[in-house]
Amino acid sequence: MLQEVAKTDTGDLVINVGPQHPSTHGVLHLVITLNGETIKKVEPHLGYIHRSIEKMCESLSYRQFIYSTSRMDYLSAHINNHGCALAVEKGLQIEVPQRAQVIRVLMDELTRLASHQLWWGALAMDVGAITPFFHAFRERELINDIMEETCGARLTMNYMVPGGVMFDLHPDFQKKVKDFLTLFKSKLPEYDELVTGNIIFQNRMKNVGYISKEDAISYGCSGPTARASGVSCDIRKKYPYDIYAQLQFSEAIETAGDCWGRYLVRMEEMRQSISIIEQLIDNIPEGDFVAKTKAVLKLPKGEFFTRVETARGELGIYIVSEGGLTPYRIKFRSPGFSNLSALDHMAKGQKIGDLVAIMGTLDLVIPDIDR
Amino acid sequence: MEFSLASIADSIDQWLNAHCASWLALTIEFVIVGVLCIGLFAVLGLVLIMMERKVSAYMQLRLGPNRVGPKGMFQTVADTLKLLVKEGLTPAGADKFLFNLAPFVVMIASMLVLAPIAFAKDFVIWDVNIGVLYVSAVSSIGVIGILMAGWASNNKYSLLGAMRSGAQIVSYELSAGLSILTIVIFSQDMSISSIINSQQDGWWIFKGHIPVIISFVIFIIAVTAETNRAPFDLAEAESELTAGFHTEYSGMKFALFFLAEYVNIFIVCAIGATLYLGGWMPLHIGNWEAFNHIMDYIPSSVWFLGKTFFLIFVIMWFRWTFPRLRIDQLLNLEWKYLLPISMFNLLLATLVAIQGWYF
Repeated sequence: MLQEVAKTDTGDLVINVGPQHPSTHGVLHLVITLNGETIKKVEPHLGYIHRSIEKMCESLSYRQFIYSTSRMDYLSAHINNHGCALAVEKGLQIEVPQRAQVIRVLMDELTRLASHQLWWGALAMDVGAITPFFHAFRERELINDIMEETCGARLTMNYMVPGGVMFDLHPDFQKKVKDFLTLFKSKLPEYDELVTGNIIFQNRMKNVGYISKEDAISYGCSGPTARASGVSCDIRKKYPYDIYAQLQFSEAIETAGDCWGRYLVRMEEMRQSISIIEQLIDNIPEGDFVAKTKAVLKLPKGEFFTRVETARGELGIYIVSEGGLTPYRIKFRSPGFSNLSALDHMAKGQKIGDLVAIMGTLDLVIPDIDR
Repeated sequence: MEFSLASIADSIDQWLNAHCASWLALTIEFVIVGVLCIGLFAVLGLVLIMMERKVSAYMQLRLGPNRVGPKGMFQTVADTLKLLVKEGLTPAGADKFLFNLAPFVVMIASMLVLAPIAFAKDFVIWDVNIGVLYVSAVSSIGVIGILMAGWASNNKYSLLGAMRSGAQIVSYELSAGLSILTIVIFSQDMSISSIINSQQDGWWIFKGHIPVIISFVIFIIAVTAETNRAPFDLAEAESELTAGFHTEYSGMKFALFFLAEYVNIFIVCAIGATLYLGGWMPLHIGNWEAFNHIMDYIPSSVWFLGKTFFLIFVIMWFRWTFPRLRIDQLLNLEWKYLLPISMFNLLLATLVAIQGWYF
């Protein structure tokens, strides 16, 4: 029988957090070394939900592999699909119709909103307030309904295909989205009232899990985690894809580098997403929703890399093609993996309660880390 | 004779004394009181758990339990039955004696505190002359049970939870004690019945000026912490320590911890209602004779339970609104803010009481 490590040689307490633990949000296994309540070391152990998606993709065609990526970061399924579609389009040099581009960006931003809403509720629950979770799900449900009507799924969307999107928009789409935006904008102040303004919540967030700009870069953090440390890294701004270049929105950046900074960045991103959707929802151009492509896609021999901004950060898609029906090799650079690597750095010297808050603000999605 | 709980108790006492020897009558009365206490425990558990679920459901845009019985009233009964037939597991590495003893220590501690509480006019189990001292002394025995549970479970989460709970309860006991002392200064007595009688012409929260209001606020914060309720539920902290000190408990042993938590809430709220809101005293406003007369018609037990359940609602409201504090913030709050404030407040209260500045 395996002897469990209960104490280190120096007498520190070793605790296994997970794989089944309420606040790891999945099957993440952390081995934390404690001195009393103070954390000395956090060691993440991965692999509990590894499904070898990258290897699986090697035996799937360029149309099929996109669908398996919905299962990576399931909260930004649209955005994962989008990135893969972009990579294939890059290889085949497909011109995506304007309408398809707008639909894709709309879906991406709705996904980002849904993801951030869930994050907001889950973070509040991690620091002990249970009620916000239900409020967040009330609004997220409306987005899920819109998704269900448009692409037939609520979680693993599989809506983006090389050259555009799979179906045209639902006739009710614009009205539903506008209704949702009106409602959500009236609820955002409620979010602030319930959580942002709460003094206990602020104390739990401020000066907790600090990571400097330099460290954020060297750990490869991306997304809100890096932007909270002052790293300007929004892919939508830096390497715009589809019609992001023509849109008016600002990159949410904070310089605090702590949990509070990450919280504010995500709250601001929600507002920016609302503004992007508002810019687009009345201006969906007429035309094709998908470009005409060959029935069987074959990427030319070579290497193709694209990146997209998911709700958690930068997702890189790297395809090596030998010119065949299936990719020779696919590698995903997932944001969660790099952000998780900074956890030890952030949590050192903090309390157990802080570890939970830090994990909450990193917004970890374990299937994204393990793939 | 007027019909009230006290008159029923009196007539039972007279009847027993008339029909049997006094020692036998006393023994029978002990048994009756014991059975009533246990019955009260069970009823309180059912009512408060139901109330908690409905309050939380209301705050969380849900319906709450609504399937078992009318409006889901019997959900808790069904849950209790489930817990009764569940296996009471004892972990292999646990200290079996302490592990099984702990729930009872917690339970008995909260049961003992019921004694000096006045449920209605002249309806007290034991009107001891050091009532509030007894309450604050006995209510802290419960922490021993929690420490026992945490230590005996042989689980690191439990141990951390128990240690947190120990630090927390010992600290907040001070503030709770000091705010109780404020009322003792004003009413010049420690027995619960005379504290209530001193509020004949107005509850202390109304006539005690600023010191009593400050001490009421501190008292509510401190007892929320003492009963391990959110935002001070660090001993359980399900997002950090899974379930804290009762991680390893299952079945009826877990149910006892659960029940003790709710009974503790009832008790501290009953104490709060007694000290600050006049216990069973009806609400009287100055010389509004008619109004006061109508208020007198409401039975004293209803007044007592109404006030207590109002405070319980406030504490439940806290739980479903606030995030949890961190352990160092929790101790800072007590030692750096609440304790100095309550000490200063005690001086202020003494000054106000000596000068007779209260109504």
